[in-house]
Formats: sequence, C-alpha cells, structure tokens
Amino acid sequence: MSLSANPAGLLADLARALPQERLLSQPAQLTPYESDALTAFRARPCAVVLPETSQEVLETVRLCAKHQVPFLARGSGTSLSGGSLPIDGGVVIGLNRLNKLLKLDPQERIAVVQPGFINLHVSNAAAPYGLYYAPDPSSQPVSTIGGNLAFNSGGAHCLKYGMTSNHVLGAKVVLPTGEVVELGGESLEGLGPDWLGLFVGSEGLMGIALEIRLRLLPKPEKYHTLLAAYDSLGKAGEAVAAVVASGLLPGAMEIMDSLAIEAAEAAVHAGYPMEARALLIVELEGETPQVEAEAKYLSEVIAQSGPYEVRVAKDNDERMRIWKGRKAAFSAVGRLSPDYIVQDGVVPRSKLGQALSEIERLSHQHGLRVANVFHAGDGNLHPLILYDGKIAGELERGEVLAGEILKMCVALGGTITGEHGVGMEKKEYMPEMFTPQDLEAMHRIHRSVDPDELSNRGKMFPSGEAPALSHGAHPLEQAGVISRE
Amino acid sequence: MQHKIPVSQLGPQGEIMAHAIEACVHCGFCLPACPTYTVLGEEMDSPRGRIFLMKEVLEGGLNLEEATPYLDKCLGCVGCVTACPSGVAYGELISTFRGWSEPKRQRTPFQKVFRMAIQETLPYPSRFRTAATLGKLGKLMQPVLPQFLQAPLNLLPDELPMAQPLPEVIPAEGARRAKVAFLAGCAQQVLQPNFNWATLRVLAKNGVEVVIPKGQGCCGALSMHTGERERALGFARNNLEAFPPDVDAIITNAAGCGSGLKEYHILFHGEPESALADGFVKKVKDVSVFLAELGLKEPPALKQPLKVAYHDACHLAHAQGVRAEPRKLLKSIPGVELLEIAEGELCCGSAGTYNLEQPAIAATLGERKARNIIATGARLIVTGNIGCFTQIQTHLRKLGKEIPVMHTLELLDKAYSG
Repeated sequence: MSLSANPAGLLADLARALPQERLLSQPAQLTPYESDALTAFRARPCAVVLPETSQEVLETVRLCAKHQVPFLARGSGTSLSGGSLPIDGGVVIGLNRLNKLLKLDPQERIAVVQPGFINLHVSNAAAPYGLYYAPDPSSQPVSTIGGNLAFNSGGAHCLKYGMTSNHVLGAKVVLPTGEVVELGGESLEGLGPDWLGLFVGSEGLMGIALEIRLRLLPKPEKYHTLLAAYDSLGKAGEAVAAVVASGLLPGAMEIMDSLAIEAAEAAVHAGYPMEARALLIVELEGETPQVEAEAKYLSEVIAQSGPYEVRVAKDNDERMRIWKGRKAAFSAVGRLSPDYIVQDGVVPRSKLGQALSEIERLSHQHGLRVANVFHAGDGNLHPLILYDGKIAGELERGEVLAGEILKMCVALGGTITGEHGVGMEKKEYMPEMFTPQDLEAMHRIHRSVDPDELSNRGKMFPSGEAPALSHGAHPLEQAGVISRE
Repeated sequence: MQHKIPVSQLGPQGEIMAHAIEACVHCGFCLPACPTYTVLGEEMDSPRGRIFLMKEVLEGGLNLEEATPYLDKCLGCVGCVTACPSGVAYGELISTFRGWSEPKRQRTPFQKVFRMAIQETLPYPSRFRTAATLGKLGKLMQPVLPQFLQAPLNLLPDELPMAQPLPEVIPAEGARRAKVAFLAGCAQQVLQPNFNWATLRVLAKNGVEVVIPKGQGCCGALSMHTGERERALGFARNNLEAFPPDVDAIITNAAGCGSGLKEYHILFHGEPESALADGFVKKVKDVSVFLAELGLKEPPALKQPLKVAYHDACHLAHAQGVRAEPRKLLKSIPGVELLEIAEGELCCGSAGTYNLEQPAIAATLGERKARNIIATGARLIVTGNIGCFTQIQTHLRKLGKEIPVMHTLELLDKAYSG
C-alpha cells in the first residue's frame, strides 16, 4: 500500500481534465456505486468517473497513477463475487458509456467493441449476418464485454464452445501504469507468450481493456431443447454422466433443483414441471441432419436415466422460455429469501452426484436452505445459500456453509470458481487451492504489471501481508511428485 | 438486500417500501430496461440505484434533498418491473416513497405553483378545458415565453374538439352479454373525446351495456404518482363510492388510469377502506382485456390492407401486463398487418406529467420512440393511452412525419363502421 496516496489532488486534477458530467463525487452519486451484485459487501469510493472516450479512461488511469490512488473498472456492476466492489476511498471508472460497436466484419467473423458494450448486443448486432457471440453468461442482457473479459465469463453454452477466453482475439489495454499495449491479434493463433491469455480472467488487476476484438460464430441452424424431470437430484446428475459417456456433446446441459424451479417459474412462467425434484435441460445444436440424428440418440440415453417426464421445446418461443427461466434463476431466488450467497465451485463431472449429496448434508447440518442451479455439463455448481440477514448469525452460518462447499469442491479435485471469479468473496479460499509458493509466483507477475497495486487493489489475493519471497522447494517437490533434476 | 429501515415508525407505508427494498438483490437486470439509465448512463438514475437511494434516505443515512434530483427523474414507467427476476414491486415503492417524502420536501415557490397548477387542472375536465383554451392563446405567444412553459404548450393540439358530454347509460346492441361501468378519464375527454365515443360504440356493438357513473372523477393516478397522497386518497374514495357494485367489470381505455385504479389496494393499505378497495381492484379491466376475454365480434375486412404498428403503453404492458390482448384485437381486423416497434419495451417519455416536469429527458425518449416507429414503415400507429398518443404525435411531427396515431378502440370502431 502506497503511503503517498493523494485523493484530494486527484479529484482536483480529474475535475480539470474531464467535463463536469463525467465526474461524480456527491454522496447521492456515490451511494448507488457502493455495491455490485453482491450486496453483502459495500465500500465508498472517493469518486466515480464515467468516461465517454478511451482518451478519458487513459487520462483517469494516469492521474490515478500520478496520485497513487487505487482504481477499478466497472461495467454494469453485475459481479457475483464482489469483483467490481469499489476500493474504499479509491476511484470507480464506470465504462458503461463506452458502449460502441467499433467494427463488425461478417466476412472475417470479427466484432470490435468498446468495453461497455453489452454481451447480448454483440449477438444482436451480428444476427443479420447469421452470426452470434457464443459465451452466454446468465447476465448477458446486462453484463458488459469488458467485465466478461476480466472474469473470463462462462455461461450455459460454454460446455461446447468454451469460455470468454476462447472467443477473444485481441485487446487494446491500458496498463495500471498508464501505458497502452495491444494484446493478441487477428486470430487465435499467435506468436510468443500468450499475453492476452494472461489478461483475460485477471479480474481487473492488470489494467483496463479499451477495445476488444471478438470472434463470432455462425448461428446454429437447428436447436433441439429437451427438458427431463426427475424425482431426485442424484438421477439428474447420473443422466449428465450418461450423456457425456454416450459421446454426445450438447451445446448445454443444465440442472435446476426444486427450489430453483420454484423461483424461476414464479419469475418468468417458463412452464417447468413444478413438482420435479430436479430438472435437466439438454440442448443439441448444429446442422439439421446432425441434430435430428443426435436427438434420437439423446432421447434413448435420457429414457434410460429414469425421468418421469420428458418434454421437447416445440418452437423457438418455448425454447426461449426455457432459457429465460434458467437464466433468471439466480435473481429469482430473491423471491424465496431476502438474502442469498451464490457459490461457483467446480467438481469433476463424475463426482456431481457425490457433491450434490454432500451439499444437501451440509445444508441440513447448518440449518440453511440451499438452491441448486448449475452448468452440469461442466461440473460447475452454483449452490445458492439462502439466509435472512436480519436473523442474528444467519449470514455467518451461510458464509461457513459456503466455505465448506468450496473446500469440498477442491477436495473432490475441482476448483473454487468456475466463472464468477475470486473477487472479494473467495479470496480467503485461494490458499485451499494454491500453495504459498504458487500465490507468490502470481503476486510477482501481478507486481511486474502493476508495481503499486493500483488496479482493483485488494481483490483475488488473500488479504494480509503478501507472503515473503521464498525460493525453497515447491511442496510437490517436497512430496517427490515433481523434480528439477 | 439488507436494510435498517425503521418500519415500525413509518407505519403501513413503511411496510410497503421495506418489502420492495428487501426483494432487490441488486443483480442489475433492470438497467437495460430503464429509460433514464439508457439515456443518462448513471447508476443513480437506474432502478437499483434509486432503490439504494430510497433505502439510504429511509434509514437516515442520506438527506432527502440530495436524493430527490435522481428520484424525480424516474418516469414511473415500471419497465424495470417487467425485467426484474426477483419480483421487486418497484412501482409500489416509488409511488409510496413519493407520497411519504412529498410533505418533507422543500420546494421553491415556482415549483409549488407549477405542481399546484397541474394538480388543480389536469384531473378536472372543465378546468383543463379552460386551461387548454388559454394555452391556445399561449401558443401564439410561444416564441417569447420562457422554456418551462414551452413543454406543456407543445403538447396541446391546434384545435380543441367540442365538449361532448357522455350519457349515463349506453344500452347493448342486440342481446346483452355483459354490463360494465366506464371510467371516462380526465385530460382525454378534453383532448380526444373520440377515444371514449369509439370505446362506447365498440362495447355496445359487442352486446355490452355501459353505465357511466355520474359521480366519478379522476382516478387519482396523477396525484398518486407525484406524491400527492392525500389528494389521491380523496379521488379514490370518491370513485369507490361512485362506481356501482352490480357490474361485471370496471372498464378504462387509458393505460394510466387503469394502472392507477389497480393500485387502490396499495393506496388504501392500512386504511379503513382497504377491503372495499381490494374488491374494486379485482373488477378493473382495460377495455382491450375485457373485449379479448368476452370474444370480439369479428369486424368486416378493411377496404385495403393496412400496416399498423402497435405501441405498448408502459402502464398497460409493464404496469398491468397487458400486451397480447390489444394485439389480438387488432389482428382480428381482416386486412391489418401488425408490426412490432424496436425497443418496444422502452417508455416514450410521456409518463403522466413527466413531459411537463422533465422535458429534456422526455424529449430525448420521445424522439427515440418516434424514430423507432418510423423505421417500422407503418401507415398507422395504434396505442392504448392518451399520454403516449400525444407524445408520439408531437415527436413524429417534429421529425416531419405525419403518420396518423389512433387509440386501439378507434381503429376497431372504424373497422366496424367500414
């Protein structure tokens, strides 16, 4: 932490450098920026800057660096891990007004956008050319490409197409020092180290993307969307394993449990079977003959998994309703409980059933309801822990339960985050996954880009003093698993 | 979302506000649905931002005066309610908050006079007629009038139609299929009396007997949505008394009035008339919903095919969830080709008295709506609300496009009369 931070000087410089309506510093202007989509955390920035040009972003970053005041970039503020939570006394750089489509080249299947461009708008803009942008986080009508990039966002269809990192070709980035660099290039094939790969998913710690080059894909010719209702979560989990084992690669495979079904149904009237204990959504997509052949095979595999009801979307309206329900499920859980914690752990697909019964056991043990809605095909769990913050001790119990779920994911061979990022929320769990040496290596890379730790300070790395430099043997070396010999 | 609102001190109104705030999870799904966020790009001008501000004010952590500039910019279009997955009753929250905060506000003498002028004229057809006639004179002097008087004048028609008093009963044509009571509306009677006449003719044609209760007055929506709670309660009490209980439905043909009537149970929450209001609300129906449910007598085919764009009034689509019914009625006219308007969910900026109070934002939204309408290539625009009608007509003209605008029931009426 720098001792020479000068927020007063920064505010004065910002007021000189920017048109008046770009700079917010009154209490009523700052209050609404104190949280992102994780309201358990709040912090008051000293100012919010809403640039309308790349140049204004650059100037803001350079002034922050000059005055040693930490900053963070924010798009629509939809982070579920507190990734866009302000830094206390720092600057929020809101990029939502930088929302232009700079280029759309249907021949090259490329779109170049500013960071505040909304995910779904990419697909809308590409639709007239039969193209779309594949990563589809549930927040896609709201969340921005800049934020998607910072958190390497996933989504239901990332099972088949991969995460954001598989769809970003290049980015123009302002580093925390104020230097501007171009990362990546025209295609996924590049020469030298994958700097872009390092930047994507770095949770805003490495600077701010000013322009982002995205890959577009041809829209699938046909969709086949199947809903299977089960009388237990375990059966739905086994059905996923059976589909994977069958060799099919659906576009998406999602599971919702009864609480999630109840919430989503109340929100969008998707027509889900309300009495189901678990609902599996499987979507095949591609060219018509292929989808038709796969659909036949899929229905056999699903029939053997013991569902009590199977439905296939008859038309696009029904398909959209099914997805609308699934994608609204997180927020819809707000109907069941005044507060909840969304978790984002990943387990190997073969361990799904085991993980779900363990979550159920933990839920009983801590006396808190847990709704499950998740990307089953990826093994990416999203347990939603319901609690009432007004009841003393419930939040704390919820946090303990959330922590135990994450530890379980790691123990089963998974990770603490699939797509929401570490942010503020999961940083204390980083040591569950990484050794002090691993973390130190990450820190060294981080500091080489941002020596003063100005960009999104305090996120992702566990708090407390950074571990002392140590060059001893890696624990895996100590355990005899790896060797430098 | 957690809050520390002293609900017990605030009473029944506090319960409504706290309940809505609790349901918000701050997910941000409301952002793209909010016209002011779309135009201004600031979190405090978004639904979840305003929820944060109201919460802070109610908790005592923020001065009311600091929050009001942003809360006043809310159109009350409740587009956010449609977009909200967690079911935040934002419309109830903002109306109740405005009612709670209005007595605490320190308004300038000019603001007070301006608000009073609106509250004392618009809900009363005869006063509004006088004011509108004066406004016609004002139009002549428009070039030399100050900016704040330009907005209301822009919305006035060049020629004010003659006053045509409505009868007390209109009998059904043929066998009677239903009996309804009709709310005549305020400004609409003066500006577009044909909306009501067309509605009454279409209802009669479909075998509906209509009573137009004599003692009725303004629905109170205008006062309710601008924080004039006591005034709204007065209007609402009057209507609870004026409307007869022996009808199948209480019908409106103005989106704003319909949603206002449907909010009576919120207005009377904790009041002695609460149960009476609940019963009243259950009977309220927009005329399009009533006709679609009753089953429309098929109109004869139009002489030639017509491209029609239907504009969703926010207080029909978002506040009452009425989208399919007007479209169904229009499609039942042989020869009508129904077109959808891009960004159809976004408010046109009319929003009750908003275009008088926030003319700049209202004009931005009006122009945006007009451009989207023009892009459809429609030859006729149809909507179910007087405010939208006026706003759209004004902004189409500003862009030099004289595309006719009609009420849904006017087109049906025209179809029946050939």
